Amino acid sequence: MSTNTDTVLKLGEAEHRRELRSYYWGFAGAVVLTAFSFLAALWQPFGPFVAYCGLGAFAVAQIIVHFRCFLHLDLTRQKREDLQLLLFTFLIIAIMIAGTVWILGSLMDRMM
Amino acid sequence: MTSMTSMTSTVADPGVDASRPLHPGLNLGPAHGAAHRDAEMVVFGFWVFLMSDLVTFAMFFAIYATAIDATAGGPGNAAITDLASIAMQTGALLASSLVFGLGTVAMKYNEGRAKVVGLLLASLALGLVFLGLEIRDFMHAAEIGAVPMRSGYLSAYWALVGLHGLHVAVGSLLIVAMVAQIGVFGLRADVKSRILRLGLYWHFLDVIWVGIITVIFLPGAFA
Repeated sequence: MSTNTDTVLKLGEAEHRRELRSYYWGFAGAVVLTAFSFLAALWQPFGPFVAYCGLGAFAVAQIIVHFRCFLHLDLTRQKREDLQLLLFTFLIIAIMIAGTVWILGSLMDRMM
Repeated sequence: MTSMTSMTSTVADPGVDASRPLHPGLNLGPAHGAAHRDAEMVVFGFWVFLMSDLVTFAMFFAIYATAIDATAGGPGNAAITDLASIAMQTGALLASSLVFGLGTVAMKYNEGRAKVVGLLLASLALGLVFLGLEIRDFMHAAEIGAVPMRSGYLSAYWALVGLHGLHVAVGSLLIVAMVAQIGVFGLRADVKSRILRLGLYWHFLDVIWVGIITVIFLPGAFA
């Protein structure tokens, strides 16, 4: 069993390299995007508003990198249930965050 | 390959296309036989947990956003944020995630128990560096009076950052548990499946951390 398994597992060298590359590139991308976020916040070359937008954009980009390279989430290759799980989660989050910020934010304003 | 399929079961494979992943996250691959096929269901279940955890974190973020001005005259974001420490914590967490990923790849390609355990322990060490720095920041916040009881803002701050820290602490304990299981059982099919899921959990915490530095810590530099 063990020698057979070993030879079988030695196959797929290309896949092995591709998967290692995915982690290294993901790490590099995450580090670079984090550095951009810190620079945008500390340096603010175009004023605070642009810096806020930059922060948001870098965060979204980095989250995509994390999902793609570390969590191996690739929307084109998912099965139906996995895709539905993700879409439903994002729907719930959108409704709950928007509702919370709207209602509690309004409440906060009135109490100030 | 033929010897593998004949040894496990020949009937379970017809629906499995080797070129497509069975589940999101690193797949063990058809070479792992039953361990690979069985992962489909449990990893899907684990994704359901991760996504419900994501909803929990999203609600903590939403509460934080609504409480951002509720400082009640107490210390705000700029007073408690030490960006140098945050940068080091981010580095430790990202490196930990990379090393854990390399560990799961080593497990998938049968590179030996020692290498997998070594990478898991390196990942644990980096996770503990993160926790140590975060606890130091929390202690500093408490010293300057920025305790959760001080204001609604600080309650939301401690709850969100603390919830993430708690997740990292639990993850660190689980890495210890996995190393112990490798020691006792070896890289058995169920142990491999658990390590695969712990990897998803560990990478998932990075995604939350990206949200935390963007929403909490970096805007502290604006004030």
